[in-house]
Amino acid sequence: MTDSKYFTTTKKGEIFELKTELNSDKKEKKREAVKKVIASMTVGKDVSALFPDVINCMQTDNVELKKLVYLYLMNYAKSQPDMAIMAVNTFVKDCEDPNPLIRALAVRTMGCIRVEKITEYLCEPLRKCMKDEDPYVRKTAAVCVAKLYDMNPQLVEEQGFVELLNDLLSDANPMVVANAVAALSEINESKPLIEVNSQMVNKLLTALNECTEWGQVFILDALSGYTPKDEREAQNICERISPRLAHANAAVVLSTVKVLMKLIEMLPADSDFIASLTKKLAPPMVTLLSAEPEIQYVALRNINLIVQKRPDILKQEMKVFFVKYNDPIYVKMEKLDVMIRLAQQSNIAQVLSELKEYATEVDVDFVRKSVRAIGRCAIKVEQSAERCVATLLELIQTKVNYVVQEAVVVIKDIFRKYPNRYESIISTLCENLDTLDEPEARASMIWIIGEYAERIDNADELLESFVDGFHDENTQVQLQLLTSVVKLFLKRPTDTQQLVQRVLSLATQDSDNPDLRDRGYIYWRLLSADPAAAKEVVLAEKPLISEETDLLEPSLLDQLVCHIGSLASVYHKPPSSFVDNTKAPLRQLQPNAAALATNGSSTGMDMDSAPGLIGVPSVGGAAGGAVPSQDTLIADLLQLDMNPMGGVAAPAAPAAAHVAAPGGGLDDLLGLGGGPSYGAAPAADPMAAWGMAPAAAAPAPSGGGLNDLFGLGGPGSPSLGGMLGGGGQQGYQTPKALWLDAATHKGLQVEGAMVRKNGAIYMEMAITNKAMQPLSDFAIQFNKNSFGLVPAQPLHIAAPVFPNQTTQVSLQLATNGPVQKMEPLANVQIAMKNNVDVFYFATIVPMLVYFAEDGLMEKRDFLELWKEIPEANEQQFTIANVRNLSADDICAKLQANNVFTVARRSVDGQELLYHSIKYTNKIVVLSELKISAASQSLTLSLKSRHQTALVSLEEVYQKIFDN
Amino acid sequence: MIGGLFVYNHKGEVLICRLFRDDLTRDAVNAFRVNVIHARQQIQVRSPVNLIGRVSFVHRKTDGVWLVAASRKDANAAAMVEVLRRIAITMHSYFGKLTEEAIRSNFVLIYELLDELIDFGYPQLTDPSVLKTYIMQSGVKAVTQEEQKQITSQVTGQISWRREGIKYRRNELFIDVVEHVNLLMSAQGQVLSAHVAGRVLMKSFLSGMPECKLGINDKLSLRDGTRTAVGSGVGGGLDDGKPTRVSVAIDDLQFDQCVRLGKFETEHAISFIPPDGSCELMKYRTTSDIKLPFRVIPLVREVSKSKMEIKVVLKADFKPNLIGQKIEVRIPVPPHTSGVSVICMKGKAKYKSGENAIVWKMKRLAGGKEVQCSAEVDLLTFGNVANRKWNRPPVSINFEVPFAPSGFKVRYLKVFESKLNYSDHDVIKWVRYMGRSGIYETRC
Repeated sequence: MTDSKYFTTTKKGEIFELKTELNSDKKEKKREAVKKVIASMTVGKDVSALFPDVINCMQTDNVELKKLVYLYLMNYAKSQPDMAIMAVNTFVKDCEDPNPLIRALAVRTMGCIRVEKITEYLCEPLRKCMKDEDPYVRKTAAVCVAKLYDMNPQLVEEQGFVELLNDLLSDANPMVVANAVAALSEINESKPLIEVNSQMVNKLLTALNECTEWGQVFILDALSGYTPKDEREAQNICERISPRLAHANAAVVLSTVKVLMKLIEMLPADSDFIASLTKKLAPPMVTLLSAEPEIQYVALRNINLIVQKRPDILKQEMKVFFVKYNDPIYVKMEKLDVMIRLAQQSNIAQVLSELKEYATEVDVDFVRKSVRAIGRCAIKVEQSAERCVATLLELIQTKVNYVVQEAVVVIKDIFRKYPNRYESIISTLCENLDTLDEPEARASMIWIIGEYAERIDNADELLESFVDGFHDENTQVQLQLLTSVVKLFLKRPTDTQQLVQRVLSLATQDSDNPDLRDRGYIYWRLLSADPAAAKEVVLAEKPLISEETDLLEPSLLDQLVCHIGSLASVYHKPPSSFVDNTKAPLRQLQPNAAALATNGSSTGMDMDSAPGLIGVPSVGGAAGGAVPSQDTLIADLLQLDMNPMGGVAAPAAPAAAHVAAPGGGLDDLLGLGGGPSYGAAPAADPMAAWGMAPAAAAPAPSGGGLNDLFGLGGPGSPSLGGMLGGGGQQGYQTPKALWLDAATHKGLQVEGAMVRKNGAIYMEMAITNKAMQPLSDFAIQFNKNSFGLVPAQPLHIAAPVFPNQTTQVSLQLATNGPVQKMEPLANVQIAMKNNVDVFYFATIVPMLVYFAEDGLMEKRDFLELWKEIPEANEQQFTIANVRNLSADDICAKLQANNVFTVARRSVDGQELLYHSIKYTNKIVVLSELKISAASQSLTLSLKSRHQTALVSLEEVYQKIFDN
Repeated sequence: MIGGLFVYNHKGEVLICRLFRDDLTRDAVNAFRVNVIHARQQIQVRSPVNLIGRVSFVHRKTDGVWLVAASRKDANAAAMVEVLRRIAITMHSYFGKLTEEAIRSNFVLIYELLDELIDFGYPQLTDPSVLKTYIMQSGVKAVTQEEQKQITSQVTGQISWRREGIKYRRNELFIDVVEHVNLLMSAQGQVLSAHVAGRVLMKSFLSGMPECKLGINDKLSLRDGTRTAVGSGVGGGLDDGKPTRVSVAIDDLQFDQCVRLGKFETEHAISFIPPDGSCELMKYRTTSDIKLPFRVIPLVREVSKSKMEIKVVLKADFKPNLIGQKIEVRIPVPPHTSGVSVICMKGKAKYKSGENAIVWKMKRLAGGKEVQCSAEVDLLTFGNVANRKWNRPPVSINFEVPFAPSGFKVRYLKVFESKLNYSDHDVIKWVRYMGRSGIYETRC
């Protein structure tokens, strides 16, 4: 008998029919019905209507039926939380069942029912099961704690389950230990509750020898998070885990490699131990290459990382990466990558003959990559350059279209690397001019013609033939053509004047591409102003190109090496780029944002600094909530969903078409559209934005985002409220915090702080370059925020920041930007761009930078206002006076931070101080400080018309006093 | 951590859908179907690991069935791939094949199995022989409480792969050493790469909990003596690097979970308690001193645009008293072949137009022999196919020989069972060696 028949029922009254069958008295019929329900559920039909009927079948002795009902319950409990309660009793009962398999089943299912109400009932049975005499139940219970934590972390902490899990680490049964480790690691990931110490590591290492292969994976992954105290401990761990390299399970092997790679870093580099350890690492990785293709793929992606990190491990193993005829294409591509990384003088002959072989294969992408690889070999191993060029020439003779195009592209790079060596082949290249139809190949060819214009007799004719179809060319080709013609003119000015004029006018007058126009104008002016200078600029000596291409940033590489075996190592991307760590994204902010946007003008550039706080209903206890992690922010801004490519491409204007995805996100960040939909935003008039771009800006490849930034960040009038209070004494300044971490942001590290000095707000940043290339073209933009904080001028960093260099920048800010209430109030989301990418981060701005200098009130006004504000708006706090400040000290300190003393008086040995604060958005806060001689603490009462304005002000006071 | 596990048929219809984590929804099920299975250009989806939206999908496809594991976290990719493989193996072992039909017929059982295989995305038990102790195809057997206890302690225990109290009247033990020889040879006869992937398969019928110890002729040194010789191998005294056929240099070893890895590392002894029945005890890989059983010498001459001559010489390079079996040489011809005439000295050769190859089969071939096959190929000179370049795929060969091409030998296998009264001498042991072709190719 087979179960496939359950999939076939498609009758109309199906649900009704099932209902009667479920309620049937016959056990057999009941079971059949439940099976049908599960089958429907599998194919995606909604059978939640049958919930009560299925639950009724739960009380049964038949384990198979019970499992099916549980499966149903797991799927639908969430949609029927009230009904799900009905199941609780059965669970509790099942947890007492004499059969350990049933007990485990109950505990396993319990955790999968994600209904808040139920969780409380489950604590007791779970606790019992964690101490069950049967190991099978205990190991299931351990995982259940992780399930519960995922649902209700607080409950798990309160009920002491974390400690219970910790106890399970000492369990006699290895599988229980392994599952407890897995659960603890997951809990620790979101909140470090248990510290991994050397004692625990010892326990784990002992369990490692005994538990199942998956248990070994859990333990090894947990070990990779541990940093040993000293060398000896590191070496000890290495010795104890290295036997795992011989395990048959690829996951165990890769996790072992991960831990070893991390520990190697801790050991002295030239010790014998390291030498023997690196020798042990190679064979298991090579063995993975004879596993099935999926595993080979994962292994190869990781080997690519390992080879970059420690090239000597696999340097002898070139042969195993040779491509086999039957390898799937994804394995072939990866092998090729590793081959190039391993290529060196000693093996280059072999590599080249292989690559030549591959260049005749069928798969177009693979062939292209092989041809490109030949070029990379030439650049990497100088001795082989000659042979590589010869090989490429041979390939060009085959006249296979895509091979020729690819060869032209790499030959251009070879020319760059070894100038004046292989120019003899130019004539051969020129013969193939007509077959080139891909932009990159055409651009490369044009570059070659321009670069060697003095040696190619008919260079002008050749370029002219391209110029004829100027408008049909891709931008890349157009730009190259422009440059090459100018080069030609500078080299042979006599007979090419007409050509250069034609191209310049084509580029500047007939083109609507801003990059092209800018470049055209620059050349034009250069040529007309000072041809000698033009020569120096255009024909300048070019810097050498690097030998290794496609290397990962060292900081990213280090990070990825710590993730060997995981998805991040397969994608070669940091985990933060594809994982949402926060569970609930910022969605709830959306309606708010939309509401505010409708208030403002459509561009959101509303200069009216009407207090944004008024517009928003005050949120009780709004102080909670942390700065949203950067990733949720991006996810939210980009409105990513399952189909990212479709969604973002909305802007229809042709000129804006090449604004890449991050650019789109930026638009939203700028508040251009105000709402989450892109439709209206960039469509406004892209040209206007382009026009505003400073002409001097170097046309970066992704200039879209940049120019938008400039366009909007235009100099507004900085609201220097009043320069009254500013002066000699500096107020409290927050220390610099880490805003962008180099490890996750392509080598850009930014530390910064918001400070108020001389009556204005400044953003002080230390920008450190930990990447390998210079960083330049910096720009910055703020998202709408509670106080309308925006840069008063564009971010200007004169020189590029070179690798390992730090630049200090102070950027003046203004508070006249678009306003939107943020959560928490002082949160500001910032986008920073450079020549590499756009980065997003958020920071909490210390409230006191918003205290304006004109905040001093008249006594009378103060009194009136104090009376006017209802009692309900008053908040009282107690503040510790740790430094034992006198009333005078306090006033001086507050004054320095723009908290102005209105009046003082003494009553019954208590000193009362009255202060006023005015935010930049003109909201006023009144405060009363009680200082009693007897006690160490101060009593602070705050009043304001807008309660939100009081949020976390007491912390500000505390900081001022403690400073 | 795996968020969910899906099985689709070749059309992309969902056969099994099991979500382990809350962060995945059925949208993910559809996302994979749309972006991978139904991807308009299959060419785009080229790797087994794909990131769609923020969900990572790892898949494998067998017999028109897609097995997919999905996750929203930075999960262990190697584990995900490996789990899929184990799931496939488990299903095979439970119902023989992994087809749409088989899955539909057993979906209840599969859900039940998945519950044991993976809990909250963590792989748990993936060994079919263990699973079979308590999940049966025909419902759950009624078992006594004692037995239940035994099951649970066995599946979670230190020696999860063997239960107590096994009894045989005759204690017997079979060892098969199966080696796959892989070769890539250039047209000029130069070995580009060669390696042997060997497996030691064991079938044991032993009583009690026997402690076994396997001795092999490993040179006890990985490459250049990182592992100093411990114990007295056969190759001791010869470790000045000179390779002999007495010992083999094994590049890498992998053991079944029953082998004590720690003991191997320290004492270089392979000791274990075997599972009852069959298991793959170890896998190994060697690259040096491989005795290549066959040598193929292809000669291709393109006489004219319409004619080609192919001659393939096959040499059996082993002792004359041994006999190679099931020999099949696959000689590729261009897709625009119109006709082929073949002459061979031994066996049968046929042109298979569907496979674009001449297949030359011989049942047996003794060592030391040299045979030859020549063919004349007529080619079409018009049409699309004719104009396309033909990139000469390599000549491949399949075979079976009764020896281990790496030189691997089992020196001894000792069985100790202290509680029951049988000794090592009472166990009947059988050892068999077999060399098979892996990917054995010669370019032409």
